[in-house]
Amino acid sequence: MVDSKQQWKAWVYLLPALILLAVFTVYPIINTVKISLLEGYQPLGAVGGEQYAIGFANFTKVIQYKDFLTCLKNTVLLCVLTVPLSCFLALIVAVCLNSIGRLGKLLQTIYFLPYVTNSIAIGMVFAMMFNIVGLTSVEVQGYTGTFEIYNIYVDSNGVERGYIAQSWGIVNNLIQAFGGDPINWINAFKNINQEGASTYVANITVMVIYIVWNALPFKILILLGGLQGVNKQYYEAAKIDGASRIRTFFRITVPLLSPMIAYVVITGFIGGFKEYSSIVGIFGEDMGPAGDGSLMTIVGYIYKQISSNSYGVASAASLILFGIILAVTLVNLYVSSKNTHY
Amino acid sequence: MEENKNLNVETPNLEEATSKYSALTSANNSLAAALKKDAATYDVKKVERNAKIQKTIVTVIIYAFLFFLAIVVIFPFYWMIISSLKTYDEYILSTPTFWPTQTVYWKNYVDAYSAANLGLLFLNTVYVGLVSTLLSLVITVLSAFAFARLEFKGRDSMFAFMLATMMIPGELFTITNYQTVIVFLDWKNTFTALIVPFLVSVFYIYLLRQNFKQIPNELYLAAKVDGKTDMEYLLKVMIPLALPSLISITILKMMGAWNSYIWPRLVTDDTTHKLITNGLRGASFFVDGDENKINYPAQMAAVVIVSAPLFLVFIFLRKYIMKGVSRSGIKG
Repeated sequence: MVDSKQQWKAWVYLLPALILLAVFTVYPIINTVKISLLEGYQPLGAVGGEQYAIGFANFTKVIQYKDFLTCLKNTVLLCVLTVPLSCFLALIVAVCLNSIGRLGKLLQTIYFLPYVTNSIAIGMVFAMMFNIVGLTSVEVQGYTGTFEIYNIYVDSNGVERGYIAQSWGIVNNLIQAFGGDPINWINAFKNINQEGASTYVANITVMVIYIVWNALPFKILILLGGLQGVNKQYYEAAKIDGASRIRTFFRITVPLLSPMIAYVVITGFIGGFKEYSSIVGIFGEDMGPAGDGSLMTIVGYIYKQISSNSYGVASAASLILFGIILAVTLVNLYVSSKNTHY
Repeated sequence: MEENKNLNVETPNLEEATSKYSALTSANNSLAAALKKDAATYDVKKVERNAKIQKTIVTVIIYAFLFFLAIVVIFPFYWMIISSLKTYDEYILSTPTFWPTQTVYWKNYVDAYSAANLGLLFLNTVYVGLVSTLLSLVITVLSAFAFARLEFKGRDSMFAFMLATMMIPGELFTITNYQTVIVFLDWKNTFTALIVPFLVSVFYIYLLRQNFKQIPNELYLAAKVDGKTDMEYLLKVMIPLALPSLISITILKMMGAWNSYIWPRLVTDDTTHKLITNGLRGASFFVDGDENKINYPAQMAAVVIVSAPLFLVFIFLRKYIMKGVSRSGIKG
């Protein structure tokens, strides 16, 4: 079959894809490694024949930079909190959906809705639900209203002022309905002073809720697909043996689904380490309050470096991210190969 | 497993076998006696009823859990739509209303449309989405055909190499591609910069190649005997047979254009080339220009306008989306 004419034809068909891949995929791999090793690299300088010192300075810069450790901490924390939670919840939902009849189809469609959304747009919806709405500045002394005054400060004229919240937002309203105190979830007072910034715990909580909500559809889809492929005879055998539901779940469902579970855990970790736009959707491009509450992630750090023209540092950081993802994936694969029953 | 082992035990002599048999029979007899006693002591109907009650309770718990979760999933969408129809004054009431009680305030949509310049953003995004989907489909079909049907030197190793690049996070490409597009090609603020770097998706080539491979080779040979060219065969046989995959690719690619945020933000900063997600995030909705008073109803109206096309696509083409997604594991 291999004749010279077919050889020639195949390359013609592949030509557009190969050219684009060469420019936008293969060249970037080589080039990113190259500029990560050049100190103070600037593309225009490089064209002009400027020489740069070769070394690992960019990598040490990234690792020693305090903000990068914050990014790493945020990214790892979000991964560790959201991936197990969403995988476990998705597994429970999939098993429940599989055990009920026709209504399951409708419910599955509902659960899939968060997937077909724009993560920035729905991030803004979550921001609205958690945010405090309608802050009004009032003078502390003359205030006679019934609202509590928050964030008291002294303005440039030496007058003591504070803020009243006209509405706490739906999430805080629910908390109040159950007798709790409203919480500043996402930096409602950011335009006023740093004192009013939301705490790190509050910021992380909002992100975990949003990320899990957003991650469930895909995981449910995959796990339910896996469940529907499981041979019913296993369950009938378990029933005859009188195994309880819990026992059936851990002894039959989990082992038989383990390849799918491994798949959603691995893709969950890969996605988690690249977390960026969901945070921008809720907190805006500042990614949370400045300072201790910041939710800057590794990908956020890379984009910050690109926009300040630090290509070398950005390249080094992206290679470090690649290394982390590779390592985590390999560990995941190793663990799942020990525990996966095919 | 253990029972199996017991069954396979060899019996060396008759004596042992007989004693085993008698032991088994006596065990059997005592079991039967126990069962008889059980039946006498316990009411079988009662046991059955208990099992039934237990089953009902479990079913009720499952339904309650699933419905609760459905409400949690739907609530943000509900709140988005309801808020977009409230006046600002109603929205900031200290006791929230669960539907617009004052008036249904459609003007939010007008405000949102003009504040975020949504019309232009819409056209830009549809243009970028359509052009990149069309070009991407042509490139994907041609490469998938070459990998699936033609034989040439280095085919398998090249395909393996392409698959390997899928592992690398996109951020690693972004830096150099940004430099290529902005510094070397001078494409800042052009649609070309938004379209060209993402035309080839290794995953789509992979998806379509798998689909093409399922079409029996005999069809190809028969077409050759009939004197059909490769192109005719591709258009008349392969594309119609692989149509579901092509539809999935089209939808995912369009959704990708609709949701892309990071790359457009890097390579465009003027209003004439902005895409919808960037425009939405960048637009400011303030009451009387006060940064402490975000006009959430107008902002939510904009979010509804941006989300609506996605929901419409989902309602009509749910099957293709879910099929494509379950095989890809990637968003957009």
